Amino acid sequence: MNPTRLQVLICGGTGCISSGCLDVETAFMESLEKHGLTDEVFVLKVGCLGFCEQGPIVKVYPDNTFYVRVEGKDVEEIVVEHLLKGKTVERLLFKDPETGERYFYYKDMPFYKSQHRVALKLCGIVDPEQISDYIGVDGYQALAQSLFDMTPKEVIDLIKASGLRGRGGAGFSTGSKWEFAYNVKGDKKYVVCNADEGDPGAFMDRSILEGDPHSVIEAMAICAYAIGADEGVVYIRAEYPLAVNRLRVAIEQAREYGLLGKNIFGTDFSFDIHMDLGAGAFVCGEETALLNSVEGLRGEPRIKPPFPAVVGLWQKPTIINNVETLANIPQILLKGADWFQSIGAPGNSGTKVFALAGKINNVGLVEVPMGITFHDIIYKIGGGIRGGKKFKAVQTGGPSGGMIPVKDINIEVTFENLLKAGSMMGSGGMIVMDEDDCMVNIAKFYLDFTVEESCGKCTPCRIGTTRMYEILDRITKGQGKEDDIKELKSLGETIKDTSLCGLGKSAPNPILSTIDWFLDEYEAHIKDKKCPAGACKDLVSYVIVPEKCIGCTICARVCPVNCIHTVDQTVGKNKKLHVIDQAECVKCGACLPKCPTKAIILE
Amino acid sequence: MAQTNSDTTLYAKLDEFIDSLQTKQGALIPVLHKAQEIFSYLPKEVQNHVAHKLEIPSSKVYGVVTFYSYFTMTKKGKYRVSVCMGTPCFVRGADKVLAKFESELKIKAGTTSEDGMYSIDALRCVGACGLAPVVIVNGKVYGRIQDNDVEGVIKDFLAEVEA
Repeated sequence: MNPTRLQVLICGGTGCISSGCLDVETAFMESLEKHGLTDEVFVLKVGCLGFCEQGPIVKVYPDNTFYVRVEGKDVEEIVVEHLLKGKTVERLLFKDPETGERYFYYKDMPFYKSQHRVALKLCGIVDPEQISDYIGVDGYQALAQSLFDMTPKEVIDLIKASGLRGRGGAGFSTGSKWEFAYNVKGDKKYVVCNADEGDPGAFMDRSILEGDPHSVIEAMAICAYAIGADEGVVYIRAEYPLAVNRLRVAIEQAREYGLLGKNIFGTDFSFDIHMDLGAGAFVCGEETALLNSVEGLRGEPRIKPPFPAVVGLWQKPTIINNVETLANIPQILLKGADWFQSIGAPGNSGTKVFALAGKINNVGLVEVPMGITFHDIIYKIGGGIRGGKKFKAVQTGGPSGGMIPVKDINIEVTFENLLKAGSMMGSGGMIVMDEDDCMVNIAKFYLDFTVEESCGKCTPCRIGTTRMYEILDRITKGQGKEDDIKELKSLGETIKDTSLCGLGKSAPNPILSTIDWFLDEYEAHIKDKKCPAGACKDLVSYVIVPEKCIGCTICARVCPVNCIHTVDQTVGKNKKLHVIDQAECVKCGACLPKCPTKAIILE
Repeated sequence: MAQTNSDTTLYAKLDEFIDSLQTKQGALIPVLHKAQEIFSYLPKEVQNHVAHKLEIPSSKVYGVVTFYSYFTMTKKGKYRVSVCMGTPCFVRGADKVLAKFESELKIKAGTTSEDGMYSIDALRCVGACGLAPVVIVNGKVYGRIQDNDVEGVIKDFLAEVEA
């Protein structure tokens, strides 16, 4: 038993570390020392709690109080008021931006209320660097159960019955994939965990590895037992140093406990894992490109079939599952297929983790049952659009996905519905756009990404995306031509039809989908040479409204190219009216926020 | 190019790592990670050395180095400014922040200033989306940065190191 009276949990995800949780931890240590509380209060840095917008987050147990945006200077007050006197520090509780209400418990907060945590269940609860914490909450129980009570075939049948589908993109049945590898005869097989999370704005896999690495290790071992593999590889982004480090610690601890290595639990089952660092190539999230990268080659995709389950790493049968998919496995074994089927929607059992970001109030990591509507995610959990702006669209599937416009906000989030709406599930990035976001510019942004990340193997993807980018670039600069939209559509369809891998097959999606839903914006750029959202620099001009100008000269002083001049017209208290010389203006926008009377507008 | 004494130590460190590997099969990427950690970048000489040690053609090493964005053939500046260009940062104005750094430091993204003081990189998502737009300078994270904060950030990191 733990002799401590209270526990202070500090979120140690990358988001909170970036916002300064390490200073908070140090401050707690110092303050507890000062007040002689080190024996009574236990401070623990845990994995991602998900509410990144409000980080650094501090939770106090057993009261279960949830403090947000805690800084080092707030710590003394928490220690004195809360830990010593038992009084909650109300000013550090989460305050609803709409209602102004403060919340004592995280379970009451709208952000957490509609969530259902399965893959993230232990994130923020266990110490990721202590295997005993994981074992204390039934960790490695599912592996033991598989080894002692089930045949490999029974494990596969259970996963199939649960309906679990791959969380990394296309949503293929995990159990069926395992069955393919199981059916291939061979003396050597591999289990690969795809932790090369390259989709910009998606960070669930990293959070799981940072917060609960053992669930992934356990799941890989279960998969290895099921298909008859003895070696595992985690292919992880080098850009995730914290996740790499936590996973390294976890693998070492699992080895020490005999949960990896030879004769696990004293059985004849042996399995070990090593890590391979990725080197920053989006295409390596594609499974065959990933295999080439593990083999030390350029990450170019292979032709399928044969599928990796048959011919994979070093030509051996290989199962590649993504992190979130694996994180579901131990619980499915412990709680059963029916339990998993009871969550979510028909054909889409379980939950999905989304990284909610962009123009939304509550940025963070959310796990919701499949089949929830976009409306509920954005308004109930996400707290609506930032700054009271108008919602325009939500982007899913990253550079491979598309836009979900306002009219589809009530569709249920399932693999099939997203495809029907012209997007895809992808790895779970969900980026909310508002009225200030120009859809043509966003399409260009995504294409810039794919142009750079195209591996170059297939001509349609290598050259085609570049041609599409050139057209979009022209449109955003006011040089669009009448038949550009037709050209974009035809190029897009050709690239989709003729590329080898998922990257090329989906690269045109952001463009095709914005053309489908926001044709009027494209036309405004092309025909009227106007950007309705005011985001395309070449299509807007900064203008001073004469009625509002008070002649204070601030704008003229901040202008880097001295293009703001006075004219012979009196404004304000006997001052001169200012005007912007459009021929010289570089549209840097420096003047706009400085004007005290908001006289400068975008046209 | 002649090797200096400090170069010799660095090469020795790299060789030690390569010799400790159980197999050279599939070892190229881990070796390049190590080499970049030691040399901070991967110039032609280092690539040739790796090729020689692993007994593979230099062209193969070059092919891999240029394929992956994590590997760089240019030396980075004393102050490494990295601007996250993930979508959440982009929609909150990271492109303007990047442009501001480029104009303030008078170098383009992906390059290093001639005096070796500054370099700017546009990063893929760092996953700190709650702090968007995010800028990282030599490991220090600056969150919720707008273009008019850029001058302040530069002053801050210059002061930090001098202090």
